[in-house]
Amino acid sequence: MIDFSYAAAPESAAIGRVRDRYLPYIDGEFVEGKGADLETVNPGTGELLSVVSTVAEEDLDVAVRAARTAFDGPWSRLTGAQRGAYLFRIARGIAERSRELAVVECLDNGKPIKETRDFDVPTAAQHFFSHAGWADKLEHLGLGPSPRPLGVAGQVIPWNFPLLMAAWKIAPALAAGNTVVIKPAETTPLSILVLAEIIADADLPPGVVNIVPGAGDVGAALVDHPGLDKVAFTGSTAVGRQIQRRLAGTGRKFTLELGGKGANIVFADAAQDQAVEGVVNGIFFNQGQVCCAGSRLLVQEPVAEEFLARLKSRVETLRVGDPMDKNTDVGAINSAAQLDRITALLEAGDAEGAERWTSSCPLPDRGWYLAPTIFEQASPSMRVAREEIFGPVLSVMTFRTPEEALAKANNTPYGLSAGVWTEKGSRAMAMAAGLRAGVVWDNTFNRFDPTAAFGGYRESGFGREGGPAGMRAYLHDDDEPVLARPASTGRDGDR
Amino acid sequence: MSTAVGTPSEPATGLPPAGADEAALRRFLEGLPAVDPVGLEQRAAGLATRSIKKDSKLAAIDLAIAMVDLTTLEGADSPGKIVNLCRKALTPDAGAPDTPRPAAVCVYPDRVAVAKETLGDSGVLVASVASAFPAGRSSLEVKIADTELAVAAGADEVDMVIDRGAFLAGRYGLVHDQIVAIKQAAGRARLKVILETGELATYDNVRRAAWLALLAGADFVKTSTGKVSPAATLPVTHVLLQAVRDWKLLTGEQRAVKPAGGIRTTKDAIRYLVAVHEVAGPEWLDPHWFRFGASSVLNDLIMQRQAQRAGHYWGADYVSLD
Repeated sequence: MIDFSYAAAPESAAIGRVRDRYLPYIDGEFVEGKGADLETVNPGTGELLSVVSTVAEEDLDVAVRAARTAFDGPWSRLTGAQRGAYLFRIARGIAERSRELAVVECLDNGKPIKETRDFDVPTAAQHFFSHAGWADKLEHLGLGPSPRPLGVAGQVIPWNFPLLMAAWKIAPALAAGNTVVIKPAETTPLSILVLAEIIADADLPPGVVNIVPGAGDVGAALVDHPGLDKVAFTGSTAVGRQIQRRLAGTGRKFTLELGGKGANIVFADAAQDQAVEGVVNGIFFNQGQVCCAGSRLLVQEPVAEEFLARLKSRVETLRVGDPMDKNTDVGAINSAAQLDRITALLEAGDAEGAERWTSSCPLPDRGWYLAPTIFEQASPSMRVAREEIFGPVLSVMTFRTPEEALAKANNTPYGLSAGVWTEKGSRAMAMAAGLRAGVVWDNTFNRFDPTAAFGGYRESGFGREGGPAGMRAYLHDDDEPVLARPASTGRDGDR
Repeated sequence: MSTAVGTPSEPATGLPPAGADEAALRRFLEGLPAVDPVGLEQRAAGLATRSIKKDSKLAAIDLAIAMVDLTTLEGADSPGKIVNLCRKALTPDAGAPDTPRPAAVCVYPDRVAVAKETLGDSGVLVASVASAFPAGRSSLEVKIADTELAVAAGADEVDMVIDRGAFLAGRYGLVHDQIVAIKQAAGRARLKVILETGELATYDNVRRAAWLALLAGADFVKTSTGKVSPAATLPVTHVLLQAVRDWKLLTGEQRAVKPAGGIRTTKDAIRYLVAVHEVAGPEWLDPHWFRFGASSVLNDLIMQRQAQRAGHYWGADYVSLD
């Protein structure tokens, strides 16, 4: 037996070409914002990474006006095929700069380079490729022969998948013929500003995509902006509630993709080794900072004890630490504030008597890290079993019958994701029919594809992203009267 | 495995008793948890992205060399060819005398004697295929005689093949009893049971065959003869590593694994070692518990070893063919 502790295998930070300062991207130019500069920190070390100029309300006015001009002007006069060509160009740009983007995302977010390299960046490129194909096929969406775009979309995205969420928002909006003003999260503004360079290099007409960095106040001002036709938000349920309240009665379309408390349901007949992998992937992927994370494990009682033992020994093998090390499985928590929120919920779990188990992995002595944690025998009444923790923390409950599993899985105000692990196809289908979740994975978890609709029920929001449903969210229904604004000239000129 | 797995401190429960009839064996083997191919292949591909560098890579190369069963299984094998291969095992890299020796040389039964003579008491073992290798299509008497021939000539290890026709027809009892008989004929030699996973069609079958072999007393579960494609793959090896890990949890006994065929480069070998480390556990990182059935991988390992030390590649002609 040899000591096979893997030597450090860090990716080179130089590949990220991180600059000292980044600027907002408005009307096709990188411009100084009128807001205060924002420092963005590398969560893996806690050190300053870069500085970003942020926007003020007057910049938002400029950005929204630019988006309107672009919508009324060049963008809506293009054919679908021409719009598609721009999206293909952006997709290729992402693929060409994939190593750089992977490093930037890793440094700015704290997620492992393995994930940014193998998931975030390639999936973002796929999203543009897939939607590029939609741009000239809008008549196949069931909205009539020539569906009309909505106009200017205001979009606010979270910090957990900064580049990928930008792709999820920008690609369908542009494919449908809209223009966008998009605000990245306060702690992760860099990758989308690299994307801005790719967009600029693609010669996209000015104003079609505007990127406005800032904190929550900028986001609030953006979604309130009267110049928008559509608001798309991904983030916390608390902020989503405020947005819904403010937009009520404005006639503006909006979609919200909010929190979740996904259940991963493991039946006794499941393929156990793969179910263990799926549960690990469900909650420790991206440090559990995933809205659709499988944060509740429901395991059938006959196998519960053995399954938990296997799960724990597997979690022990997860390598936690430097996000830039190619062998790191679990990286850094995105911010000190997020680590504090997770820690507070861990303490709540202890106070409620949940049995806390923590992986014995060593943690770096700087940066924001949390060892993978499991609350064994959590009760459905406990906060750790009800509230979204948004961290590498799994709460385990057991069940005896499929009915009990359904009742427990659905007993949450959220309804975003669920996983079912069984070798019996009919049971998987029956569970999927009974689960109140927008996404149900069968014998897998956290798999994403641009062609598949993603979105939630109830407090997890509404609206779908990805696939035909995601495209329809950026188009007028055919029989919908056009209010407020004169009919846009968004239809394809050649039809 | 809900009924089968416990911790080593608990008495083993759920295993079919020795001498169990075919029905009991079938109930046990078909009651093993299923393998989901998508999840298995995803996990194997994920682990294969581990980046093993610097000291870890040097240690892995030396370990991998020490795990090689240097193999020649050709109709054209002459005594001279066997002598050359054995000398290669004794001195893998004349320019670097600290290069470890491979674990064993693996030959046909009628070539065991010459291999044994050449290797002497060097510590490099002689393994012999037996039991009507590679098809396994003969009577049990012939298979036993084949095994006895190898052992009588001095084989330290015997690599047998299972009767895949019988296994796929569900005749688990027959396959089990044949392994038991060969194990007995092999005497003190360690028995490697080749499942020929390329012919078993599903991962569920691979898992059942692995458990059947373990139940029948296999010292090693081995993927392939090398004569059938696909030979060893990472996902199939994961299934075997899971089997020996679970067997140890259940019985406290450690058994060994040998992927064979298709492992050609240092990169391949290191991916297997990562799987051994993270699926079975570090206690399997030892030539007694894990082997590579291969021939060409040895030279690639030696080249990489030279390159790691010299800082540049010398080229294939700086390593002897055999």
